[in-house]
Amino acid sequence: MMDFAPMHSAPAEVPVEHHSHGGWDPYVDNGGTSLAIAGKDFVIVASDARQSDGYSINSRYDPKAFTLSNQTVLATTGYAADAKRLVEVLEQNAQTYFHKHEKQMSAPAMAQMLSNTLYYKRFFPYYVFPILCGLDKEGKGAVFAYDPVGNMERVVYQAYGSASALVQPFLDNQVAGANQRGHEGGLLDRETARKIAIDAFTGATERDIYTGDWLDIFVIDQTGIHREKRELKHD
Amino acid sequence: MAPQIEPSAGFKFDNVKRNQLLGDKGYKLPTATKTGTTIVGLIYKDGLVLGADTRATAGPIVADKNCEKIHYLAPNMYCCGAGTAADTEFTTNMISSQLALHSLNTGREPRVVAAMTMLKQHLFKYHGHIGAALVLGGYDSTGPHLFTVYPHGSTDKLPYVTMGSGSLAAMSVFESRWQPGMSREEAVEMVKDAIEAGIFNDLGSGSNVDVCVITKGNVEYLRNYARPNERVEKEQSYRFRQGVTEFYAPRAARRGQDTAEMDTSA
Repeated sequence: MMDFAPMHSAPAEVPVEHHSHGGWDPYVDNGGTSLAIAGKDFVIVASDARQSDGYSINSRYDPKAFTLSNQTVLATTGYAADAKRLVEVLEQNAQTYFHKHEKQMSAPAMAQMLSNTLYYKRFFPYYVFPILCGLDKEGKGAVFAYDPVGNMERVVYQAYGSASALVQPFLDNQVAGANQRGHEGGLLDRETARKIAIDAFTGATERDIYTGDWLDIFVIDQTGIHREKRELKHD
Repeated sequence: MAPQIEPSAGFKFDNVKRNQLLGDKGYKLPTATKTGTTIVGLIYKDGLVLGADTRATAGPIVADKNCEKIHYLAPNMYCCGAGTAADTEFTTNMISSQLALHSLNTGREPRVVAAMTMLKQHLFKYHGHIGAALVLGGYDSTGPHLFTVYPHGSTDKLPYVTMGSGSLAAMSVFESRWQPGMSREEAVEMVKDAIEAGIFNDLGSGSNVDVCVITKGNVEYLRNYARPNERVEKEQSYRFRQGVTEFYAPRAARRGQDTAEMDTSA
């Protein structure tokens, strides 16, 4: 005769709310969005200035795009405190470079240094997604995009941050001409790139709760860095 | 053996065990739309005012920029909902239907305490799993009444209340300015300011202000009473030229290209 084990049907377990007990986390995501678009002889950089934590706004104007020299801008997203510290480190090293070599760091030199600086903290990273912008040796627009541990790629355009999933496809379509049959390709002119950057942010502000308040726009060209501040929605 | 009888009412829990197993294996269930919300209510000289923002969120994304959070319960009663959008919608709908039947049976206008009691008993039964946080207000034969109802079924009766993720921002306005016996204009203005405090200071709230003024024998539903967040004009047009979309020619059309025309006379 077969021997059956008695069957116990346990009562269905109902999901229970668990509250976190301690466990310190050194990282915070402060939200916000940054983008950059390279042109033939210029780069456009744009970042919103809202700094938030959860459902709270810490600051309506805390810029996360920084001018590192009179030819380079670093746009960040992620953890604002780490971004600020990263900029300190880069500025210190750029200063040292200036006194050693009696010249300003070029954008490609800064780009390599940023990669090294990020990888130096491979096992306790800066929680930052940097986009470094400037002009290359030939005077062409240069955008370098990174992950938090230093993987670097030179690109034509990049969007990072809380609305990157909304903005990057927009740029794919409007800058690279993705999904547009018969698109001619090539780089954008300065005014079109600026308009696309602005529309990307007004659009992101509509649908991403972490993006808004103010928009910083930088245009980098042969004559230097030109800065513009615009208002976004505050809700 | 007892026959399996379908329950006549209520929720089915057949899938709870299955969903937990799926969850443990890493298949996460779809998340419900939460209305990270600011909702408020206050009592003034002649009645009460309800207010709500109009943003509905799905995580960090704005799912609806102009949703309605002030729900109808009865001709003399409305109810603001915060929490899980579906739960506030279905709970207020169900209570509204029961109130209609109740008032048909009794031949009277329903009382706010009756709605409050039905809501709390329903929510308590489900141990907080129905994520509805409500501000209930109405004017009945015993005067104006304002309640908050929490997802676990507890209730408060207060002269001014706020709920949702923007409740602290909104309450800061009430705590600094509310006083007994205010005029209608003062009351509506304060409700607007309280909702706007939530809209601008709480990321879960946004867009427009809805207001509902309830007095003896009268309701004024002021949809989009304030619209402080109009979208600015775009910098350029994004109209695509005709024929920009890639497509595959239909099979019949392609067949027509490389073969002789089909004989369809037979």
